[in-house]
Amino acid sequence: MSAVALDAPRVSADSPARRALRRLWQRRTAVWGLGVVAAMILFAVAAPLVAPFDPVQTSWSLVRKAPSASHWFGTDEVGRDLLSRVIWGARASLAAGVISVSIAVGIGVPLGMLAGYVGGLVDGLISRIADAMLACPFLILAIALAAFLGPSLGNAMIAIGIAATPVFVRLARGQVLAVKAEDYVEAARAVGNPPLRILVRHILPNILPPVIVQATLAIAAAIIAEAALSFLGLGQQPPAPSWGSMLNIAQRFLTQAPWMAVFPGLAIFVTVLAFNLLGDGLRDALDPRSR
Amino acid sequence: MAAFLSRRLAQLVPTLFFVSVIIFLLQQLLPGDPALVMAGEERDPAVLEQIRKQYRLDQPLPMQYLHWIKGVVTGDLGESMRIKRPVSDLVLEKLPVTLQLASMAFVIALLIGIPAGVISAVKKDTAWDVGANLFALWGLSTPNFWLGILFIFLFSVTLGWLPASGFVSPTEDLWRSIATTIMPAFVLGNAIAAVLMRHTRSAMLQAMSADYVRTARAKGAREQTVVLKHALRNALTPVITLGALEFGTLLSGAVLTEQVFSIPGFGKLIVDAVFNRDYAVVQGVVLVTATTYIVLNLVADVAYVLVNPRLRG
Amino acid sequence: MRTKLLGAAAGALLVALPAFAQTTLRIGLAEDPDVLDPTLARTYVGRIVFASICDKLFDIDEKLALVPQLALSHQTSADGKTVTLKLREGVKFHDGEPFDAEAAKFSLERHLTMQGSFRRVEIAQVENIEVVDKATIRLHLKAPFAPLIAQLTDRAGMMVSPKAAKAAGDKFGTKPVCAGPYKFVERIAQDRIVVERFADYWDKGKVAIDRIVYQPIQDSTVRLANLKSGGLDLIERVLATDIGEVKKDPKLTLAMGTELGYQGLTINVANGEKANNPLAKNPQVRQAFELALDRDAINQVVFNGINQPNNQWISAKNPYYMAKFPMPKRDVAKAKALIKEAGVATPIVLDFMVPNNPESRSVAEVMQSMTAEAGFDLKIRVVEFATSLNEGEKGNFQLYFLAWSGRTDPDGNIFSFATCKGPLNMGRFCDPKVDELLDKARTVGTLAERKAVYEAAAPAILANGSVMYLYHRTLLFAQTNRLEGFRVYPDGLIRVTGLRLK
Repeated sequence: MSAVALDAPRVSADSPARRALRRLWQRRTAVWGLGVVAAMILFAVAAPLVAPFDPVQTSWSLVRKAPSASHWFGTDEVGRDLLSRVIWGARASLAAGVISVSIAVGIGVPLGMLAGYVGGLVDGLISRIADAMLACPFLILAIALAAFLGPSLGNAMIAIGIAATPVFVRLARGQVLAVKAEDYVEAARAVGNPPLRILVRHILPNILPPVIVQATLAIAAAIIAEAALSFLGLGQQPPAPSWGSMLNIAQRFLTQAPWMAVFPGLAIFVTVLAFNLLGDGLRDALDPRSR
Repeated sequence: MAAFLSRRLAQLVPTLFFVSVIIFLLQQLLPGDPALVMAGEERDPAVLEQIRKQYRLDQPLPMQYLHWIKGVVTGDLGESMRIKRPVSDLVLEKLPVTLQLASMAFVIALLIGIPAGVISAVKKDTAWDVGANLFALWGLSTPNFWLGILFIFLFSVTLGWLPASGFVSPTEDLWRSIATTIMPAFVLGNAIAAVLMRHTRSAMLQAMSADYVRTARAKGAREQTVVLKHALRNALTPVITLGALEFGTLLSGAVLTEQVFSIPGFGKLIVDAVFNRDYAVVQGVVLVTATTYIVLNLVADVAYVLVNPRLRG
Repeated sequence: MRTKLLGAAAGALLVALPAFAQTTLRIGLAEDPDVLDPTLARTYVGRIVFASICDKLFDIDEKLALVPQLALSHQTSADGKTVTLKLREGVKFHDGEPFDAEAAKFSLERHLTMQGSFRRVEIAQVENIEVVDKATIRLHLKAPFAPLIAQLTDRAGMMVSPKAAKAAGDKFGTKPVCAGPYKFVERIAQDRIVVERFADYWDKGKVAIDRIVYQPIQDSTVRLANLKSGGLDLIERVLATDIGEVKKDPKLTLAMGTELGYQGLTINVANGEKANNPLAKNPQVRQAFELALDRDAINQVVFNGINQPNNQWISAKNPYYMAKFPMPKRDVAKAKALIKEAGVATPIVLDFMVPNNPESRSVAEVMQSMTAEAGFDLKIRVVEFATSLNEGEKGNFQLYFLAWSGRTDPDGNIFSFATCKGPLNMGRFCDPKVDELLDKARTVGTLAERKAVYEAAAPAILANGSVMYLYHRTLLFAQTNRLEGFRVYPDGLIRVTGLRLK
C-alpha cells in the first residue's frame, strides 16, 4: 500500500474568467479550433487583400482547369479562380453562421429570460410556442421560411436564425429558473431593484457561459444549414460565392473537376469542425463540474 | 408523479395547437399559387378556377385552417393535390421507411458515439482523446448531402459494393434492404454520434470523479473494471431518452439524405411537397412528425424523472 | 428426409426458373410523375410512363410524321369542320374490354368534360363526337382546327377502358386501365412504378421485355451513378456536362435527339409597370440586346456545344423552320451604337428572373457577362420554380428564363404565347395582325400554306414578341449496352415497342 499524498488545496487569486481561459488553453483540440476560427475570420475580413483574383471574373478559356501554379485551387465551370472564391466564400459562410446565431440569441435569450423570470401565463405561452417550433424538423422550418422570404443569403440567415431561436429560448429559460432562487438574486430583489435591472445586471452574466457554448456549436450547425439551403437553391445567389453554393454546383462535376468539390468541402469541414471543437472546449472550461 | 404527468399532458394540447398553426401559416405564406403549379403547362383559366374551388384555395385563411383541423381531428389529413392520394395513406406508406432509416442510424450512432465518448473521457487530453473527438465529430462537420454523394461515388460507382439509391423493404429482401439503407443510415447516424459522444464523455467524467468510484479504486479493484462497470452504467442510463430527443434531428437530417439517396421516406415527401406547393401533404406529414416528437419527448421526460427521483419536485 | 429436401429444392428451383427468364427494364426518371390519369395528368415524366401503358389514336415517328396506333386513318372534310377517324379492330383494354367506337367516344368525352381535365383546352374545338359504326367515329368541330390530329398523338388521344373509368371515377389514376403494350402493376409514390407485359396487346410481336420499372431519381448525379453501377438500364435527362463521363464508360451508350420545345427568354413587353423599361419600349435597345448575345458561345461554355442555338420557336430540323430569318451573330459594336442612337443611358438595369436549377443559373451568368459589354446590367434573381410562375403571371419581372417542352404541331409552340389572349403570354405581347395570322394558320390545310402564314407573322413576333428564343435543347439519354432498339424521339418519350435486353 503506497502512501497517498493529498493534493494541497489550490488557492488561487484568479478570477473565474482567468481560470476558465487556462482550462481552455489546456485542451489542445479547443486551442486548435480557436486558431482555425481566427484564421477563417481573418481570411474573410482581409479577402480583398488576400485573394489573388476577382472571385466573379469569368473566363471562357479557363473553364474547369486543374490546380496549377497560377490557380492553386483550379478554376470552376465558368473559369473563375477557386482559391479566390473559397476565400471570399468565407465571408458568406461565416456571416451565415454568425449572423443567424446572433439573431437566434438576440431573440431567444431575452424571450427565454422573460419566460423564466416572470413565469405564469407568459412563460406558458412562450414555452409552448418554442416547443412547437422545436417539434417541427429544423430544416423544414428553414426551407419554408427561406422560400417565403425569397432566395438570398440574407434571407437564408434570417430563416436559419428564426429556426434556431427556440433552442436559446429553452436554454435561457432553464438557466434563469436555476439561478432565480440563488442568494444574490434574492438580495438584489430585496434591495428593491427593478426586474429589468436584475435580469440584465445580475442574472444575464451568470447564464452567459452555457449560452456562449451553445452559440458556438450553433454557428457550426448554421454553416451546415446554409450549405443545405444552398443545395436546394435557397441561399447565396450567383455569382457571389459561398461554400455551400459552390458545393451545390460542384457535385455535377465530381468526376471531371473534383477540385471544385474538394476545396469548398474542405473549407466547410475544417471551419465547422473548428467551431465544434471550440464549443466543446468552452463547455469544459466554463463548466466547473466536468473537470 | 401523477401531478407531473398530468401537468405535462396538459401542456401537450396548446403545444400541438401552436404546431398546427405554425405549419399551416408557413405553408400558406409560401409565395406562389398552388393552382398555377398544379395547372400544368397549359394553365387554362377555367381549370385554375376549378382547382381553387376544389381545394378551397379561394377561401379566407381562417376558414381553410378550420376545415383542415376538423379533418385532422376525424383522421382525415386531406389529399395530395399532385397524385390525388389521401395523405394518411402516404404517411402510413412512408413511415416504416423513415423509421427503419432512423433506427439504423441510431444504432450506428451508438456504435460510434459511445466508444468514442468512453475513450475521450478515460484518455482525456491525450492523442486518443483528440482521435476520438475527430472520429465522432467529423460526421457533424460535413453537410450530410455531401457525404452522401461522396459515399455513392465511392461505394457504388467505384467499388460497386452497394446500390447507389433506392429502397427495398426488409419484408421483400432483407439483405438488399440493408444494402440500400446502410449508406444513408451511416450518413445520418454520424451526425448524432457527436451528441452521444459528448453525452457519454461528460457522464463518464462526472462518474469517474464520484465517491463510489474512488471507494472502488481504494478497495483495489482493477481500474478498468471500475471504470467500465460503474461509470459506463451511469452514462448509459439516459441514452434511450437521448435517442428520443434526437428523433427531431434525425428527421431533419433525413430530409436531404433521403433526397440524395432517393429513399421514399418522410423527408423526401416533405421536400417535394414544399416545392410543389402540395399543402395538404406538408401540413399532414409535419403534423404527424411533430406529434410523434412531442410524445417521444414526453416519454423521455417521464423516463428521466423515473430514474432521477430528485427531479420530481 | 433426404427426398423431402430434394423435393423442396426442386420445387424452389421450379418457382425460381421463371424469375430467371423474366426480363426487367429499369428506367431512371428525373422526377416522380403526378397522377397517372391521361385526363388529369400534367407532367412530362408522366407522358413517359403513359408511353408504355396507354396507347393513343395516333403516334409520331422520329421525323414527326403521323403513324397510326389505335386509329388507322383520318379524313378531314373540305370545310375543315368534320374529321372522320377509322379505328383499329381487335384491340383489347387491359381489363379485357374491347376497344371500339363507343370506347373512343367515351375517352374523348372524358377528356372534354371531366372535372379538372387538363385536356379540354387541347381539343376544345371538338363540339361533339358521333359514332358512325363499330370502327368509325366522326368529330364535329366548332371551327376548322389544323392542329387537332397532332393533339391526338398525345394525352388527348389516349384511350381508357370505359368500364374501369366509370368504376373508379377520379381515382382512375391510382390503377389506370388502358390499351398499351404494358399494364399497370403497382406504384409506390416517389419510389417506383411497375408495369408488366400485356399478353393481348394488338402488336405484341414487337414487345420483348417482360417488366418495366420506372424509378424517379431527382439528382442527376445519382441517376447517372445508378446507371454506371448497373442499378438502372436507361436514364433520361443526362446533364450536358456528364456526356464525357458516359462516353468514357465502355458499358454505356449515349443517345441524342433535338427536342420539340425551346429555351427562351420571356420579355415583359406590356405586363404591368415593370414593362416600363428601355428593352421593352425601345426596339433599338431590344435589337442591341439580341446582338450582344452570342448564342453559340453560351452553347459552348455551358453545354459543351451539345444544344442547338436558334432564334425561332421551332428547331432547324422541323419542316416549319423559316430559313428566311437566320440567327443573328454577335456584334457588340453595333449593339453599343444602337443604344447610343436610341439615346438611352447605360448601364441599362434589368430584373432577370431565373428558375432555380444549376443549368439555368449557369446560362444566366454567361448572359449577364455578355450583355454587360454592351451596357446592360442584368440583375439575376434566382427564384424557386413555383414562385417564378406566379411572378411571371403577375408581371413581376423584366426578363424571365423559361423553357417550353414543345408540341408536335408548331401551333402548340406559338399560339398561346403570341396571341393577345394567349394563356401563356406572360409578356402580354399584343398585335392584332399577328392574332389574325396565327388564327389563320390554324385553319389552313397544307404545310406550305401554313408555313407561308407563319412567315408573314414572324417579323413582328421575332422583333417585338414576348419571347426571345435562345436554343433548343438536345435530349440526352444514356443506356447500358445490353439494351437494343432504343431511339430518341423529338418529344423525348421512351417508346417501349422494339426494345430488347441482351
